[in-house]
Amino acid sequence: MSAQKPKTIFEKIWDAHVVKRAEGYPDALFIDRHFIHEVTSPQAFDGLRQRGIPVFNIQRTTATADHNVPTKDQHLPIKEALSRHQVETLRKNCRDFGIELYDLGHPFQGIVHIIGPELGLTQPGMTIVCGDSHTSTHGAFGSVAFGIGTSEVEQVLATQCILQYKPKTMKIEIKGTLGKGVVSKDIILYIISKISASGATGFFVEYAGEAIQQLSMEARMTICNMSIEMGARGGLIAPDETTFNYLKGRKFAPQGEAFDRAVAKWKQLPSDSGAVYDSVLTFDAADIAPMITYGTNPGMGMRVTDRIPTVEELKEINEQKSFKKSLEYMGLEPGSALLGKPVDYVFIGSCTNARIEDLRLVASIVKGKKKAAGVEVWVIPGSKQVEQQAVKEGLNKVFEEAGFELRSPGCSACLGMNEDKVPPGKYCISTSNRNFEGRQGPKSRTFLASPLSAAVAAITGKVTDVREYI
Amino acid sequence: MSKDKFTILTSTAVPLPVENIDTDQIIPARFLKATTREGFGENLFRDWRYTSDNQPINEFVLNNAAFGGKILVAGKNFGCGSSREHAAWSIYDYGFRVVVSSFFADIFKNNALNNAVLPVVVSDSFLAVLLEAIQKDPTTPVTVDLVNQEISFAGKRETFEINAYKKECLINGYDDIDYLLSLNKEIREFDLSH
Repeated sequence: MSAQKPKTIFEKIWDAHVVKRAEGYPDALFIDRHFIHEVTSPQAFDGLRQRGIPVFNIQRTTATADHNVPTKDQHLPIKEALSRHQVETLRKNCRDFGIELYDLGHPFQGIVHIIGPELGLTQPGMTIVCGDSHTSTHGAFGSVAFGIGTSEVEQVLATQCILQYKPKTMKIEIKGTLGKGVVSKDIILYIISKISASGATGFFVEYAGEAIQQLSMEARMTICNMSIEMGARGGLIAPDETTFNYLKGRKFAPQGEAFDRAVAKWKQLPSDSGAVYDSVLTFDAADIAPMITYGTNPGMGMRVTDRIPTVEELKEINEQKSFKKSLEYMGLEPGSALLGKPVDYVFIGSCTNARIEDLRLVASIVKGKKKAAGVEVWVIPGSKQVEQQAVKEGLNKVFEEAGFELRSPGCSACLGMNEDKVPPGKYCISTSNRNFEGRQGPKSRTFLASPLSAAVAAITGKVTDVREYI
Repeated sequence: MSKDKFTILTSTAVPLPVENIDTDQIIPARFLKATTREGFGENLFRDWRYTSDNQPINEFVLNNAAFGGKILVAGKNFGCGSSREHAAWSIYDYGFRVVVSSFFADIFKNNALNNAVLPVVVSDSFLAVLLEAIQKDPTTPVTVDLVNQEISFAGKRETFEINAYKKECLINGYDDIDYLLSLNKEIREFDLSH
């Protein structure tokens, strides 16, 4: 047999899932795992009803309620009528079609991209989709995971396949070791600030290099999570011992000998030496500092010690117009610094940074301290399991003593679909993934940052360089 | 779901010269609570269109009676951010059938194509002259010819790319599920052996 062309991990997984490739058609790609939630699924189920067809394989489909749920009094009926209707519609749809639902109150409920990994449903080599752009999170395990629209949710429910053109491949390598106070959120905010909010559109990204390999699984998820914020179809990291150790013993991971066989298979996944990428970018970890965004897209970020660019520093006229509009919205002056800027709200949560390690990072900063006067701090765990673990470790006490509010799991103020909204004109330093206009509530203003940077701002009441605090 | 068919469209166009318009601007999250596909048009660009007490913001183009039509012309990286298909539904429901930009985010592009909204990618320079022309004269007719993959106005024209499969779907009103359902046997076998 002739030697095969070296392949990237992305190509290996993609090619292994093509059910049909026909000239002139997109690939019919088989989907191993489909996650659904209340907001982007109801119209898809209606489509199945109209066609009179069942869900293709309920074993491959898992549902939870996260986007639209309250983070207080989850044991009571949802107060807001439309939200309640949407969650009840999900219940009905799961019941009618036989899909497992981790509903409010269930010990496995939580943000869809947090529960998949913690339950071991997310595994290396899989194809994974969900009607949510942050599905890229699951790529941290060495899977091809990406967000889809509702028509595509319907396709996958109906056929377990999706029609897709194969994206181009990009490798982003981070050499060296991260400095003190710099965490994975800073890596991804740094990359996006360098290549812009559209810099990876059309590509599927593989993150590699020493600084990535040294990260824990949870930290890797934070990086892959925000791949979409630079336009990438998804982002993944080759599985290694860190991945296998994380998965071992998880509820839905293979058990016993089956696990060892799976690991042997997963070890074949990393990109072959000599594999060719359509684009390769290399950055140095030493250049990365605690990051913060100042504008209204995630590409508008900088080191916390930097100054916001001036209008003249931007080359294109169109870019200047959008830049000015963005800073006006944020109430910030071009060329000014953010250090010392007072904040009104601190949001610790979202599929980007609401795992137990994130809460531990926050607790490490705030232990024995009190939040600044006038600052409201919400800590929203990513899942019931995260919440319970936080209580077990006593983190809830640390937060309580600091004056933080630890609530129940959900997407919460990341997108402000429920009542957790930042009021108009107020500044929120947030561990979430988007600083779009109105994202956290109409006219709200968002600074994206790491859990460490958000925690220190909660204590000082202003944008602070966490390195001077630890 | 059967869709509208699209071959050629001539209409006036609405200019929105802002870059990086994300789907949270197109339809804010608090309007995603409906469980049907209809009715999203009234909240299209909600927070750019209305004040917090629901008064129209006169400066916003959709509130300017001089502008109208079935073609929206916007700055680059249109539709970035959230995968919410509600963005495509709201654009369709409002009455747009084409969005022109120099660059589209991937998920939005797929969602638009799945909902009989044609994303037309033009060069930065063509976009600039088109925006200028329709801002200067809102009655300028713009023609989008899908069959010949060409957009034209006032004697200027440019061809655009679209993949052959999606083009065929739009012209005939097919959707992806029709095709995938025809592969049922192969998918079943794949699922069992996988």
